[in-house]
Amino acid sequence: MQPSHFTAVLLFALCASVVFGITMRDTPRRMFRYGLYCFALFVGSAIVLSWVMFLIAR
Amino acid sequence: MSDQPPGAVRYSQKGMATPPNRVAPAGRAAARPNAQGGFVYLPLIAGWLVPGAGHFLLRKWGRGSLLAASILGMFIMGLAMQGKLYTGAHDILEILSLVGDLCNGLAYFVSRALGVGADQVQVTTADWGSRFIVVAGLLNVISAVDAHNLRTGRKPA
Repeated sequence: MQPSHFTAVLLFALCASVVFGITMRDTPRRMFRYGLYCFALFVGSAIVLSWVMFLIAR
Repeated sequence: MSDQPPGAVRYSQKGMATPPNRVAPAGRAAARPNAQGGFVYLPLIAGWLVPGAGHFLLRKWGRGSLLAASILGMFIMGLAMQGKLYTGAHDILEILSLVGDLCNGLAYFVSRALGVGADQVQVTTADWGSRFIVVAGLLNVISAVDAHNLRTGRKPA
């Protein structure tokens, strides 16, 4: 299995967000929303940091 | 005018899953699992050994299934990426990685016994795989502690 870097980020974010959502909130609705929030932060921060590193490297 | 002394910090516990020193109403306390007696650390230990097992013991089938799928999925993906299973510790980073691997419970020992996982990181994805395995262990600990909190009533069921 040799996923691309971004695919690995998505898989990592998905698994971590599921665990964070379930363990950090106490109702299913809030678990789902918090999991979605974590997923967006994981992926969003990865994209932003990637662009920052790209611009620094130029 | 508040009766608090000047400089006192007020904070809201609203939204926290595990507010400290929660005082449970008498009616709800009776319905909680810890009112049944028994070994309160069983979900914690079971959750460490097998991801999601702590929640299964508490009859949280949906949560347990999702946790097991996420944690075991992450562990298996790490192995599939030829991630390294740490067996010894030569420096501080390897000690931390070994501790993270050990947090996977039985999955780590079974994988060691079967000889899966790379001995050395040789490709880029193997480095990601090693991190996947370590993080799966850390998420497993969070999951086991959550099961323990449910068992003791610190977190509402």
